[in-house]
Amino acid sequence: MTDRLDPVAETGADIQTGSAPAELRCAGAWVLRGISGLEPKLARLPRSGSGELTIDASAVSAMDTSGAWLLHRTMRDLERKGHSVRLQGLRPEFQTLLQLIAARAPAPVAEAPPSLLARIGRQTWNSIANVFGMLSFLGENASALLRSIAQPHRIRWRAIGYNLQVTGFEALPITGLLSFLMGIVIAYQGAEQLRQFGANIYVADLVGLSMVRELSPMLTAIIVAGRSGSAYAAQIGTMKVTEEIDALRTIGVGPLDLLVLPKVLALIIALPLLTVYTDVMGMLGGAIMARAQLDVSFGAFFDRLDEAITMNSYLVGVGKAPVFAVIIALVGCYQGFQVGGSADSVGRQTTLSVVQSVFLVIVTDALFSILFSWLDI
Amino acid sequence: MASVQPADAVIDIRGLNTRFGATVVHDNVSLAVHPGEIFSLVGASGCGKSTLLREILVLQRPQSGSIRVFGREVVGMNDEEALPLRRRWGVMFERGALFSSLTVKENVGMVLREHTPLGADLIDEIAAIKIALTGLPPDAGPKYPSELSGGMRKRAALARALALDPELLLLDEPTAGLDPLSASGIDELVHQLRDALGLTIMMVTHDLDLLWRAADRVAVLGDGHILGIGSMNELSESADPIIREYFYGPRGRAAREQAWKKK
Repeated sequence: MTDRLDPVAETGADIQTGSAPAELRCAGAWVLRGISGLEPKLARLPRSGSGELTIDASAVSAMDTSGAWLLHRTMRDLERKGHSVRLQGLRPEFQTLLQLIAARAPAPVAEAPPSLLARIGRQTWNSIANVFGMLSFLGENASALLRSIAQPHRIRWRAIGYNLQVTGFEALPITGLLSFLMGIVIAYQGAEQLRQFGANIYVADLVGLSMVRELSPMLTAIIVAGRSGSAYAAQIGTMKVTEEIDALRTIGVGPLDLLVLPKVLALIIALPLLTVYTDVMGMLGGAIMARAQLDVSFGAFFDRLDEAITMNSYLVGVGKAPVFAVIIALVGCYQGFQVGGSADSVGRQTTLSVVQSVFLVIVTDALFSILFSWLDI
Repeated sequence: MASVQPADAVIDIRGLNTRFGATVVHDNVSLAVHPGEIFSLVGASGCGKSTLLREILVLQRPQSGSIRVFGREVVGMNDEEALPLRRRWGVMFERGALFSSLTVKENVGMVLREHTPLGADLIDEIAAIKIALTGLPPDAGPKYPSELSGGMRKRAALARALALDPELLLLDEPTAGLDPLSASGIDELVHQLRDALGLTIMMVTHDLDLLWRAADRVAVLGDGHILGIGSMNELSESADPIIREYFYGPRGRAAREQAWKKK
């Protein structure tokens, strides 16, 4: 017992050929700390052949499960090569340990890595399942929404209000700042070109139309996807890990009613409002840059804006926002529900929620552009 | 065991005081755990059992007193100084604390990879042996902790605690949350490990069955003091009212009768 308590007394494990050629001598401490040097020595052992082989273990001073496993494995391998192995001199307490290990030794499990074809198949199947999963999630939410509309007392106004504050009001500073900077950048980039043609005043058209129709809705949607979509996924995912979602079901509260619908409804309200706000901030940035670079006064800039931006253009931009809102909220919540029990999985699904919602927002925006050019808006 | 001097004790705690604000958790607590014994710490919820365990593990610092593990003072140690000690003990937390992003086998193997220069194949084999030792089926190795039942997770946590072949095993509530069948499996396992590996085991538990079956000596903690220390038979004859209530409450009586029947 004392030699186990004192690691300094342990000398490394050793195995070597003994005086007789058919004898192996084991010595030293066959414990985890001592066996690191043993592996290369064991690798040099293989002596195919038959006949009796004696392992003399009388000089083994200490042994733990790792050492016992190594001794067991060595004997097993030698026997497989055709030797009949005889162990002698092992202390009785180590003998007990060796027997315990031999009895518990797991059969080697062959873990064949999946073939390339199987991997491709699995990936494809996962992608298809993901699309179907998202569609059925959309369907479930639509039916939950219809139920809520039929019974308005089931709508969780408090939760909607809370989400409005967190995803809408608290996003004002960051969305405002970024769209202001975006307005500055566009005006600055355009200034050089416009000045060449003496068309300085058209900076208002440039900034106004690009912000209102495209950039402002998309920029806002992307910021909100990063800010709130990820938060939805992480919140619902963590609740899934701690079985809170199951607890909700057992007390008769639908997780969709409580966790998803308020988020979707709040974002449908918040995102168009944020878009209007970022429109204003972007044009403000454009106006300041126009005055500094192109000598266009604020008055002239805003007069021109009035002519440049038609009601149609404005509604096209703001009208995209609710669609983006549904995409962001549903993808974030859906990925939250896909979390599978580990901390790692929460991180993975949160990342996926942002990547997928930004991707879908941009694809949808492109589809809108095609649609509007067909309709000639 | 009686001949072992306190100087040889694996864990030697003297004059330990712990306070959280005005709450006194430990008031001059002293105890010793001897080599090769299964020592158990019991007491009501919130009496400072787990705090004591955390102080031994150098996760928390007491106000005053001395805790010596393998003869080395751990109070005031930093992480770097504690490292040699941490290689010599294995810890199983109450809720397992398995790394959820790693499989069971990787959980066990990670400890070995971190602390030994062994080859990947040998590490995998040793991890498989530890998993088998705790009574888990071989197909549990490639599974993630979230795919296991509560009892299997405890066993996997134990396999990780055993990874470095520790000389001292510290178990926090090894049977909490387990069904009686799995719990009695853990009893046997604790005994087998001690007999086969010569481990010293210290555990914190509420489980009276486990105490009767597995513990060599038991210390009862209450009101910040050690109320009694000794074998279960000695303690059950104690005159201390709290100890009596602990052992002669309805559940205590049932567990005791069970233990007598077994004998």
